[in-house]
Amino acid sequence: MIATIWAWLTDPANWSGAGSIPDQTLEHLRLSFIALVVAALIAIPIGLYVGHTGRGRVVLVNIVSAFRAIPSLGVLFIAALLLLPRLKGELAFELPSLIVLVLLGMPPILSGVYAGIQQVDPAARDAARGMGMTGQQRLWRVEVPCALPLIFSGLRSSMLQIIATATIAAVVGLGGLGRFLIDGQANRKYDEMAGGAILVAVLALLVDLVFAALQRFAVSPGLAPAARR
Amino acid sequence: MTVFGTDLSEVADLAVSHAYLAGLPLVLGLLISLPLGWLALRRRWLYPPVIAGTGLLYTIPSLALFVLLPGIIGTQILDPVNVIVAMTLYTIALLTRTVADGLGSVPDPVRQAATAIGYGPVRRFFVVELPLAVPVISAGLRVAAVSNVSMVSVAALIGVSQLGMLFTDGFSRSAMGPILVGVIACVLLAILFDLLILLGTRVLTPWLRVVRA
Amino acid sequence: MNRRHSTVLGLALAGVLALSACGGGDPLDEEGGEEATGGGGGEEALVIGSANFPENVLLAEIYAAALGDAGVPVETNLNIGNREAYMLGLEDGSIDLIPEYTGNLTLYLNEAAEETESEAVYAELQESLPDNLTVLDMAEAEDKDSVVVTRETADELGLVAIGDLAPHAPNLVLGGPSEWRDRYTGVPGLKEVYGLEFSSFRPLDAGSTLTVEALLNGQIDAANIFTTDPAIAQNDFVVLEDPEALFAAQNVVPLISTEKVTPQIEEVLNNVSANLTTENLTDMMVQVQDTDPAEVAREFVDAL
Repeated sequence: MIATIWAWLTDPANWSGAGSIPDQTLEHLRLSFIALVVAALIAIPIGLYVGHTGRGRVVLVNIVSAFRAIPSLGVLFIAALLLLPRLKGELAFELPSLIVLVLLGMPPILSGVYAGIQQVDPAARDAARGMGMTGQQRLWRVEVPCALPLIFSGLRSSMLQIIATATIAAVVGLGGLGRFLIDGQANRKYDEMAGGAILVAVLALLVDLVFAALQRFAVSPGLAPAARR
Repeated sequence: MTVFGTDLSEVADLAVSHAYLAGLPLVLGLLISLPLGWLALRRRWLYPPVIAGTGLLYTIPSLALFVLLPGIIGTQILDPVNVIVAMTLYTIALLTRTVADGLGSVPDPVRQAATAIGYGPVRRFFVVELPLAVPVISAGLRVAAVSNVSMVSVAALIGVSQLGMLFTDGFSRSAMGPILVGVIACVLLAILFDLLILLGTRVLTPWLRVVRA
Repeated sequence: MNRRHSTVLGLALAGVLALSACGGGDPLDEEGGEEATGGGGGEEALVIGSANFPENVLLAEIYAAALGDAGVPVETNLNIGNREAYMLGLEDGSIDLIPEYTGNLTLYLNEAAEETESEAVYAELQESLPDNLTVLDMAEAEDKDSVVVTRETADELGLVAIGDLAPHAPNLVLGGPSEWRDRYTGVPGLKEVYGLEFSSFRPLDAGSTLTVEALLNGQIDAANIFTTDPAIAQNDFVVLEDPEALFAAQNVVPLISTEKVTPQIEEVLNNVSANLTTENLTDMMVQVQDTDPAEVAREFVDAL
């Protein structure tokens, strides 16, 4: 079994041309990154606001768990049914999947940012206030840098979930590594299915490593032990 | 009775299978994570590999795990066991770290006090450490419960009957009704799981109530 | 008070752990197995499966309603997947009965199958079946794979038959279910029989919803859609003729595990097949768009 999967993974025919492994990997990354960026653009400001002001805490916590409860596949189909007849071109096919991935990617970022800001040592906050910093200054110069480890872990778990879930985009006819899972299953090609699954896991790990490196670079060395926890 | 052109008694049947497919793995996963988490905490050198290893499980897409398991564990292709095993693995992935952190959050003086009044390690674990870790573990369990309920619906793509079937059925007929009913039922089921865990936590941690009151 | 509670918890957990340790992996298997087949009363129910497209679901519901009325205990496991998936389910006993189509089933069982006309295909199917599987009477109702294009495309390129696509195919995208990529009555057959080499094949799953939208939207230029699909008439699509009969006759036929066949089941299903026509099947497909297939099936069976 392992031999056939390896044979599929290393078959040169699978590494070139349309629908090849590099092709689908790039498509998978493209969809995932768009989703992550949009999710971060929405979730980070909200998380910062709630963490900094303490307002809307209960609402945020509930929204985060409600979002987690929404079944991706159902939302994907609802979005597809609503958008397919109304939009033109490739966007009609990509938007439903992106919506799902953004919804899925937001909760970890929201809770990471919020928890990060919340857990900033009150002493550090007080010191900043004592130095005469304004609310904005305290947020950007003290709270955000101190919260970076948790913000990063939020982003990382968001990215992992997005990459793993982006496979279902193949269900609505998009590319990405999910194609190997869906097409492999439809055509009873176990090697293709297994190979695809391995590729997704490897991709998720590699991207996570890149994020870990970024984190090491971005987070103040003073906070490093906390980051590694 | 029908809602949005969907027979509710059918939905109830699907919801029961869904609850089973999401709920049983939660119990199994918890039972496996407890010793794993304990081990990761007690043998410090085991912590990084156990946590990284279980975290790795989470990077495998659920769809992939569902379709690959029959080949790995030799089950029937439509066997719900595939889903149970997959969901159990995800539960372990989420809970092992939580269990380790929860047990780790028990203050050392408490542990020492238990030892001082003569508790052996096993008794101390079940009578002191585990109960005190319940709030942290239950927080992890709630996340796992909610994500299990959502993830199980993907099993519709491999023909295992549960609420996700309403999605594939609705979509293939271009009918919004069943999909909406399915999403709502999934969310309700997730809320129900969440409430049950909260209730269980309350029962298991009476001291927290005393403090709050 | 606190201590007593904690002790109870500890004991309970210890008990559960001990139980799970004793049981090993077995309870998991058994419970899962029961879920798959059990649920009904004492008598073992006949499990009716269906493929993952609406018409097959409808047909399975019709079988279920008719058999249920006759007092046969039935269970349904619908929307399983494509033939490649549910045939495995039929082999390993996850399901016992499924609505099938003569042509594609024959080709699945016997790649060398060459008959194209209804009766001949049915005869060839009988020969190709392994002993553990049986087909009952086929219905007049037929639902074929087809290659369709929009009216615009047909007019612009002057398309009447599938072969007319040949000179244009390198600039066109074909869409259809994933299994069309490798199935003979799919991309390989179109190439071999009609010499069509499309610029690419776009796999589109989950019924015809995506395929229809992709065709309307221009993501694909030609599509595989079932001939009974109401979307063909509703969108004025053109079904290209198949003079070489790549797509053989596809009469609806119940495929059942041989050991599950009883005279009663045979009689009920043959009666269903005798009353199922392409016309009333197409009508029901229109109804299914906004009604639960189970209800549409109920009406049909009540009128038998």
